[in-house]
Amino acid sequence: MNLLIKNGRVIDPISRTDETLDILIENGQIKAISPRLEANEAEIIDASRLVVAPGFIDMHVHLREPGQEHKEDLITGSRAAARGGFTSICCMPNTKPPNDNSGITEYLVVEAKKKAVVNIFPIAAITRELAGEELTDMVDLSQAGAVAFSDDGHPITNSLIMRRALEYSLLLNKLIIDHCEDKNLSAGGVMHEGEISCRLGLPGMPAAAEEIMIARDLILAELTRARIHIAHISTRGGIEFVRLAKKKGLAVSAEVTPHHLILTDECLANYDPNFKVNPPLRSADHRQALIDGLKDGTIDVIATDHAPHTPEEKDVEFDQAPFGLIGLETAVSLMLDRFVHKNIISLERLIQLMASNPAQLLGLKNKGRIAVGADADLTLLNLRKEVIIDVNRFASKSRNSPFHGWKLRGAVAMTIVGGKIVYSS
Amino acid sequence: MNPETPLTFRHYHLLGIEDLETSEILTILETADSMAEISRRDIKKVPTLRGKTVVNLFFEPSTRTRSSFELAAKRLSADIINFSLSASSVVKGETLKDTVRNLEAMAIDALVVRHSSSGAPHYIASFCRSHVINAGDGTHEHPTQALLDAYTIKQYKKRIKGLKVVIVGDILHSRVARSNLFLLRKLGAEVVLCGPPTLLPLEFSKLGAKIEFNLDKALVGADVVMMLRLQRERQKANYFPSIREYRQLYCLTQERFKLAKKDAIIMHPGPINRGIEIDSALADSVQSVILRQVENGVAIRMAVLYLLLGGKERESSD
Ligand SMILES: [Zn+2]
Repeated sequence: MNLLIKNGRVIDPISRTDETLDILIENGQIKAISPRLEANEAEIIDASRLVVAPGFIDMHVHLREPGQEHKEDLITGSRAAARGGFTSICCMPNTKPPNDNSGITEYLVVEAKKKAVVNIFPIAAITRELAGEELTDMVDLSQAGAVAFSDDGHPITNSLIMRRALEYSLLLNKLIIDHCEDKNLSAGGVMHEGEISCRLGLPGMPAAAEEIMIARDLILAELTRARIHIAHISTRGGIEFVRLAKKKGLAVSAEVTPHHLILTDECLANYDPNFKVNPPLRSADHRQALIDGLKDGTIDVIATDHAPHTPEEKDVEFDQAPFGLIGLETAVSLMLDRFVHKNIISLERLIQLMASNPAQLLGLKNKGRIAVGADADLTLLNLRKEVIIDVNRFASKSRNSPFHGWKLRGAVAMTIVGGKIVYSS
Repeated sequence: MNPETPLTFRHYHLLGIEDLETSEILTILETADSMAEISRRDIKKVPTLRGKTVVNLFFEPSTRTRSSFELAAKRLSADIINFSLSASSVVKGETLKDTVRNLEAMAIDALVVRHSSSGAPHYIASFCRSHVINAGDGTHEHPTQALLDAYTIKQYKKRIKGLKVVIVGDILHSRVARSNLFLLRKLGAEVVLCGPPTLLPLEFSKLGAKIEFNLDKALVGADVVMMLRLQRERQKANYFPSIREYRQLYCLTQERFKLAKKDAIIMHPGPINRGIEIDSALADSVQSVILRQVENGVAIRMAVLYLLLGGKERESSD
């Protein structure tokens, strides 16, 4: 079935488009873009009050398959993505077993094609078993479908191994994504170290634990001239280092999560484990530095770090609860309400952060833009619609969102993947 | 009773000092006065809480605090059962929520909770109907200890406002230090925290404390010196290089204690490491009020139980 999207406000940061246009979709691709299009055999979508953006891409998602399907799997994770306006998601390799060999990567690619309603691109491990000791067969993994490499959650301590990984990645021109944390420095911590952790008597994880690793990675990026992507940046020092590295011309990029942009460590006052996440929610000064980085271009990408855990796993003493919160179904509304409507960033900039930039960083050539011949992955937004976040309506298997009950303006109206409507509000 | 401070206690639980109003703290201290009187009688028992059931739910061993609550409940004629769980349920893999729900199914009125996780009583209070009393949570708070300390200080000093209280030791991991800091600041005392920088984060200054790493300097002019118990395991985590060096720097010796005011008192939440944080002779000296603290603990806990469990009836019969 062909689709004709009529009268939408089409915004494409790459071609610097922002005008009312019709888009014709045939065979999963964008066939024509013009102020007035007609088609005989096409389903018509009236987008006259909607924004049509290139499909959003979340490059940091934990889908838990294989091994922890009670938290999430490819089907529910992809449905949550569709509901949240994401047409593509990248799944992190810290599954059980971890995605450190081409067999698992192929499994994910094949199963995703069969079962998932959005595109799923696996990110493979940098080291075998995420142990930080031996490199994985990165070329083999890349051929099997890995779009990037990361030991997310298990940062590589040994700088020599990190150096080798960065150097070897030059063969592939694919990103090395690092969860920057000096695990010795953050050991035992369950929240950001500062006044609030002191008050609550909870062991802290200092900002320095992240900043030290970001600094190391950037120094290694300079040494190796390889590309490095900083995952879920959360600290002021981290932002400063990345800004400096960009000034030097290094191939560095950084992502930030909506929760680090919106919440602070003060949210932990009631010991609610739904606010327990790693990197931890930081103090207000760090949060402000992230917002500054979002505005001035230091940050390239919004990613959710969607980390599902079951209600039972989170319904325990704070220090016993696992780290992580889910973000696929709240990110777009949060960013529209808190940043676009408050004029902190423009809508075009948001689309760049959520679609164009991740596509370019990951080398997804036919995604992240609206152009004739590009994949028909589109996210339609209703900027005015008010939503109340209700975890009980989530498509995700998990419910661990700290945003339950939040009233937000701006919502996903429709998600189109390869010319197919996979979500409509 | 002072008419300017009417008896008010509006909290349903006692989770910490930090969220108490100053008037509520004063109410507990005043109520403890009449409770102390009961413990001095021949027959140390009143029927006030007859028919109420209190559960001591202890996930960490603590004979002292547990017995103190037990005596307090018994002197008010409440039924009390002890539930020590370090060995039983936790091993079976039962969640804290299930444990509490099982206890609640037996129609209890109050839970006295000691737990190694900071915030565990807050978590319990979020779903249970009974009154929750925090008997020490992780490295967060130990409200009844701070209350009995304030009560003891008042007995000796007749006031709290304007006093200089020095708390010495492993501040970082001390729930006693936190609760005392919150309480003493609310009542207008100057609180000086003292210990090695590894165990005394500067963030405490944002909570209203003065920070002093040098014990001699900290002690000058002190009205109250509160020594904390040092856990030897901290040395293995490199918080200080050796017990020997710790003792040199932070043990309260007779020589050092002369730097405090002449009538200064020495406190310790117990159990004491004699010869590590305090000279044995000092612990037993006339200026040591350590045993009075223990005695007052019962009165304070009676007051807390009474205000949480019996307050309503009293109001209606007044
Ligand atoms: Zn991570």
